[in-house]
Amino acid sequence: MADPIQVDLEKCTGCGLCVKACPFDAVTVVDKKAAIDERCVLCSACVQACPTEAIRIERREVKVDLSAYRDVWVFAEVGEGCAKGVSFELLGKASELAKELKQQVCAVLLGHEVRRYADILAENGAGRVFVAEHELLARYNTDLYSTVISGLIMKHRPNIVLFPATKLGRDLAPRVAATVGLGLTADCTGLSIHDGMLLQTRPAFGGNIMADILCPHTRPQMATVRPNVMPKPVPRRGMKAGIVDVPVKIDQKSIRVHVKEQVKTCAVGGKKIEESDVVVAGGRAACEGDGFEVLQKLADELNGVVGASRVAIDMNRKPKSVQVGQSGITVSPKLYVVCGVSGAIQHTVGMRGSKLVVAVNTDPGATIFEFSQYGIVGDLFQVIPALTAEIRKRKGR
Amino acid sequence: MRIAVCVKQVPDTTEVKVDPRTGTLIREGVPSIINPFDQYAVEEAVRLRDAAGGGEIVAISMGPPQARSVLIHSLALGADRGILLSDRGFAGADTWATALTLALAIKKAGEFDLVLCGMQAIDGDTAQVGPELAQLLGIPQITCVDKVDLDGKKVVARKLVDEGFEVLEAKMPVLLTFMTPSDFVPSNPPFSKISKAQKKPLETWGIKEVDGDPEKLGLKGSFTTVTKVYSPPRREKAVMLEGSPEEIARKLADILGKEGFF
Ligand SMILES: Cc1cc2nc3c(=O)[nH]c(=O)nc-3n(C[C@H](O)[C@H](O)[C@H](O)COP(=O)(O)OP(=O)(O)OC[C@H]3O[C@@H](n4cnc5c(N)ncnc54)[C@H](O)[C@@H]3O)c2cc1C
Ligand SMILES: Nc1ncnc2c1ncn2[C@@H]1O[C@H](COP(=O)(O)O)[C@@H](O)[C@H]1O
Repeated sequence: MADPIQVDLEKCTGCGLCVKACPFDAVTVVDKKAAIDERCVLCSACVQACPTEAIRIERREVKVDLSAYRDVWVFAEVGEGCAKGVSFELLGKASELAKELKQQVCAVLLGHEVRRYADILAENGAGRVFVAEHELLARYNTDLYSTVISGLIMKHRPNIVLFPATKLGRDLAPRVAATVGLGLTADCTGLSIHDGMLLQTRPAFGGNIMADILCPHTRPQMATVRPNVMPKPVPRRGMKAGIVDVPVKIDQKSIRVHVKEQVKTCAVGGKKIEESDVVVAGGRAACEGDGFEVLQKLADELNGVVGASRVAIDMNRKPKSVQVGQSGITVSPKLYVVCGVSGAIQHTVGMRGSKLVVAVNTDPGATIFEFSQYGIVGDLFQVIPALTAEIRKRKGR
Repeated sequence: MRIAVCVKQVPDTTEVKVDPRTGTLIREGVPSIINPFDQYAVEEAVRLRDAAGGGEIVAISMGPPQARSVLIHSLALGADRGILLSDRGFAGADTWATALTLALAIKKAGEFDLVLCGMQAIDGDTAQVGPELAQLLGIPQITCVDKVDLDGKKVVARKLVDEGFEVLEAKMPVLLTFMTPSDFVPSNPPFSKISKAQKKPLETWGIKEVDGDPEKLGLKGSFTTVTKVYSPPRREKAVMLEGSPEEIARKLADILGKEGFF
């Protein structure tokens, strides 16, 4: 099997720009020629850097008619009695993409008695709503949802399909991708149209690098999109969507995974941390005394939610559902106030997408300051109550 | 009880640093480790096999020749057999081509009651390979599992969802992807187990051995194409707010007020 990456030794001048460009340390210059070893993941950084076009990656060239695929679809995730906020973010982005492509935005709505959400999806940008209703769809089930959506995709041939990168979306989207045989880009933080194709931008390596990804040869182009990154559109009141009723043929027998118990760890009706605009997070330091109550008071003033680093979960101060980081959840709120957290990468990968970060730490050398716009070297037990009081005062209370 | 566990070698991202000058990743001297979630999957496999009164655990990894070390590690943790999927033709695989390669290998390695994966790999962070593999194998999946037990021919798994958790039940065969529970401390096999592991069966398979079609695997078989990698726009250095707690509170309130947070 020939290596898909080749260096044209005639063209290579041994300048070494490829060595610098390689994020994976896979290129060296040996005898004045570039040599690529097996650490290469074929990311093409060297190809772009090479001034003499000496490096080539052989890709599959397939010519298929992609023009038959039209429209930008959004899978509308439904929460307790409402369409989830992330669905609106996706619709906002989809509208932008569809406008550029001169195509339509469609929402895909699955569940039991969910038709009533069609209007709010329309107000947020959906021109058409596919409604698939069935008793068995009341509760999310991977097999059922993926069967219905895969069927819709094969029948209607969308150009782009976006899923939220929530736990549900990340369970469902890859199953659909593998059913239809499609590429899927995970957890995108940027989407745009580039030469008529969907350019998908996403972080990798714990946020240390960004990658731009295309899906050149297959349609639809599918991506999961990180919540809280795309702005919510301004709803256009009174808008109506064309409704497409989707016949659903499923039965009990197609359910292979059964729910025995459901436990909600976040207060019913309470805001979920992933969807909150403001998160006030505490680490080991907040485990002392009434640290988390101090943080909760600030969160309440800012209409936010309290999150935690892992030690707080280990010490049973906070439930796992609010653990931010590698083995917890990823949040990307507009404001992340982080108190008494050192800034270990396992924590920061979960909060790097936050827009404004304010860190409070007693240690001036704490890594967390490298991830913050504003830093305060100080004791959270002094700074946070003072801030809470100041905000209360300004609100006129 | 036959269990396949998919393990990936990843750079220890805690050690990855970005070169402040070029903005690229410094990989020199960065240790490669077993993906932490996969380590948990292997340890759970061992526990489940022993609870079921025996069987075979096959650890499978796709990667360059040095990925062999994560298989040795898995064998030292108690897996019975290792398969390294290594071929230049597998290189550049996206999640679809990776899942396809793993599926071919798993089918070739026989029937399994359980296929275990980590929830996500800490380098690519996609969490897609597990569900894609489950679909290609035609078996159900339970993702984000932190606890699992056997009940005859069924598995009972605790899955983390956005709202809390669910206890789910499925007949085997089923694929599970693991998240580490917060009290998980990875075990470090002692030298005696590592040297024993060296003697356990460990094969290397390429495209031929998995009966793969070179056009459908690796870079050629991938649907997604990475067109560019770059370092994220760097954040400005944090502005440090100084003064008494009250002064700091006023400065912060100015900033947060201007941004419309209250
Ligand atoms: C596989 C794996 C997965 C992991 N997943 C996660 C994860 O998902 N999420 C996560 O958070 N961690 C995770 N961790 C753990 C992570 O590496 C760190 O151990 C953890 O984040 C540390 O928490 P901390 O910063 O709160 O505590 P510490 O590291 O103990 O830091 C406490 C900080 O508080 C400061 N401080 C002390 N007193 C005060 C005070 N009065 N006021 C202000 N500041 C004060 C100190 O200066 C220090 O910087 C994971 C680890 C592994 C190995
Ligand atoms: N190259 C690989 N070899 C073996 N297992 C893999 C490989 N890539 C991914 N996996 C498995 O799939 C899981 C999810 O990976 P990912 O989808 O890349 O985030 C990992 O935790 C592994 O269990």
